[in-house]
Amino acid sequence: MKELNYPFDSRYIIKYKKKIKKNLINENASRIKKKIAFLCGSTANDIISSLELFLMNFGIEPVFYISEYNKYWEDSVFGNPEFENFKPDIIIIHTTSRNITYFSKDFSDLKEDVHQKIENQFIHYKEMWEKLKRFNCPIIQNNFEMPLLRPMGNADFWEIHGKTFFINSLNIKLAEYAQNNTDFYINDINYLSSCFGLEKWHDSEYWYMYKYAMSLDAVPETAYSLACIIKSIYGKNKKLIALDLDNTLWGGIIGDDGQEGIEIGCETAEAEAFTEFQESIQEYKKMGALLSICSKNDEENALLGLKHPETVLTADDFVNIKANWNSKDLNLLDTASELSLLPESFVFIDDNPAECNIVESQIEGINIINFENIQEASYRLSRAGYFEVTRLSSDDFKRNDMYNANLKREVHKKSFENYNQYLESLEMTAIIEDFQPVYLPRITQLTNKSNQFNLTTKRYSDTEMNEVFKNSRYIRLYGKLSDKFGDNGIVSVIIGEKNGVSLNIELWLMSCRVLKRNMEYAMLDSLVSECRKQNIKDITGYYFKTPKNNMVANLYKDFGFELIKSFENGDSVWKLNIADYKNLNNIIKIKESEYI
Amino acid sequence: MNRNDIIKRLTEIFQDVFDDDSIEINENTTSADIEDWDSIEHITLINSVEKEFKIRFKMKEVSGMKNVGEMISIILERSK
Repeated sequence: MKELNYPFDSRYIIKYKKKIKKNLINENASRIKKKIAFLCGSTANDIISSLELFLMNFGIEPVFYISEYNKYWEDSVFGNPEFENFKPDIIIIHTTSRNITYFSKDFSDLKEDVHQKIENQFIHYKEMWEKLKRFNCPIIQNNFEMPLLRPMGNADFWEIHGKTFFINSLNIKLAEYAQNNTDFYINDINYLSSCFGLEKWHDSEYWYMYKYAMSLDAVPETAYSLACIIKSIYGKNKKLIALDLDNTLWGGIIGDDGQEGIEIGCETAEAEAFTEFQESIQEYKKMGALLSICSKNDEENALLGLKHPETVLTADDFVNIKANWNSKDLNLLDTASELSLLPESFVFIDDNPAECNIVESQIEGINIINFENIQEASYRLSRAGYFEVTRLSSDDFKRNDMYNANLKREVHKKSFENYNQYLESLEMTAIIEDFQPVYLPRITQLTNKSNQFNLTTKRYSDTEMNEVFKNSRYIRLYGKLSDKFGDNGIVSVIIGEKNGVSLNIELWLMSCRVLKRNMEYAMLDSLVSECRKQNIKDITGYYFKTPKNNMVANLYKDFGFELIKSFENGDSVWKLNIADYKNLNNIIKIKESEYI
Repeated sequence: MNRNDIIKRLTEIFQDVFDDDSIEINENTTSADIEDWDSIEHITLINSVEKEFKIRFKMKEVSGMKNVGEMISIILERSK
């Protein structure tokens, strides 16, 4: 919904929240349900109602438990029956500098005293987080915003009795805790409030009257920031940035101005602006975002621009280049299908408002960035949270290489008459085995972002995945596939729960970049062989239909499972007796594990 | 701007905030007359009125306001 996409009108959202919610409900979109415990040190009703809108817009339907005003610490540490029974999927702790109680109030405090006070304040929170680990779910904690008042002036920052010094020190401790604890995230209201302006952020009257820790105008910003973290945890980040060329990647029009005429490099102010933009795009690529080009140009000219001596991004940085005269929405849809991605996982950046309009109206769910100055585009890309990081795995850093290897495979494929010959020629090898601790982050990440080849679309948090990993009730397999063009990394995951001599498959997913490579057969072979070792006689598979996983509706049928039950909503249950099962994969070689 | 102009603009704000086009208000309307008007929506309402008339209520005024009529008086007073 456009009103809820960044940049949004905060005042509009506050005033019309009831109407917006009604419209979201009427959208009838498919949303995952999540239980969110909101523990607050100030009145947070408006944050919660804005958060609900943003989450619904991201495809998440929240149900809230809200702690009583300023009872967050007691709820966390001592618990209460309502909170315990709620069993949250996510816990948000909404505290602000208003909740800090250990500030040094005495100028006779020595350096050690002040450091002890900072430590005490930190431990106060840490005790709460540690206790909250009983819920095995992600925790999101605000850091602390700077005070508006600095009685000591500039010295408030460095003098040990300064509040600014206290808050800065405390914030560092929060960052360190987040670095050392999985499933613990910081909502950076320190950044938000500075961006917003402390004068506007702090509204003492609203604190005195209603116990609002920030001005009402700042509420949607805070809620949006929380929503970005949550949607990232549930794998709803964007995956690809599609870029226009002329006046987006460089200044000027390459077709008219020629390679020597475009603005890139550091010779002019304009050129510098476009260079910085390219550098910022490169940052996203390093974190695992894919890049593509979608430009109305002759391909020859487009490539010429990317060979400019001063260019930061070159043709190799893009996993897909569409430089032609077709309509841009069609080009984007082609790119999506060539990469087996959903077009709604794209962000499209173009200086031309007309192009942006067409794309936005033709491709549902795509986000567009239209801009007047290129630096505006970098800022919006950063603030919109499309690529909000909640965890980075080594696969993120390598993702672009993997897609590039896929391009080489495509070219290679054309030289074969039959598909099996092509598969043979890839010289594929796979490792398929029980989970390894080093791969847990990547496995968890896959469960949260795979939508298409995913039979149950069950999502796991880090803590839930740890449970699965430790429990002998489960049979777990991950699959890693490489071939002569490169390593695809971990591409498939199966989790099955044992029940006597039966196994119920609660998760089966595969990354779409290895479709039609026989990997799913290799996974089934390994699953059956593991089942035999553990005296399992039959395997039950479930297909839970979503708007995105149609491609696997008949997977179990193709495997030779027997249909047990099919439901009106499209779900189905399948069973395989493994006594007579014969291996299906005869192309991929299975290697021994690297970890013994 | 007279009391009638203000009540017209206020009616629109009430209808937007409570998302109910059937809401009619008069000088004697209080929170008891509108089902969704609780302490939380009160904040949204006050905020929306402040933004619409580009004024800021004083803390005492917010806590002392007894009905829509008093709100109108404050708006009139403040807009002079």
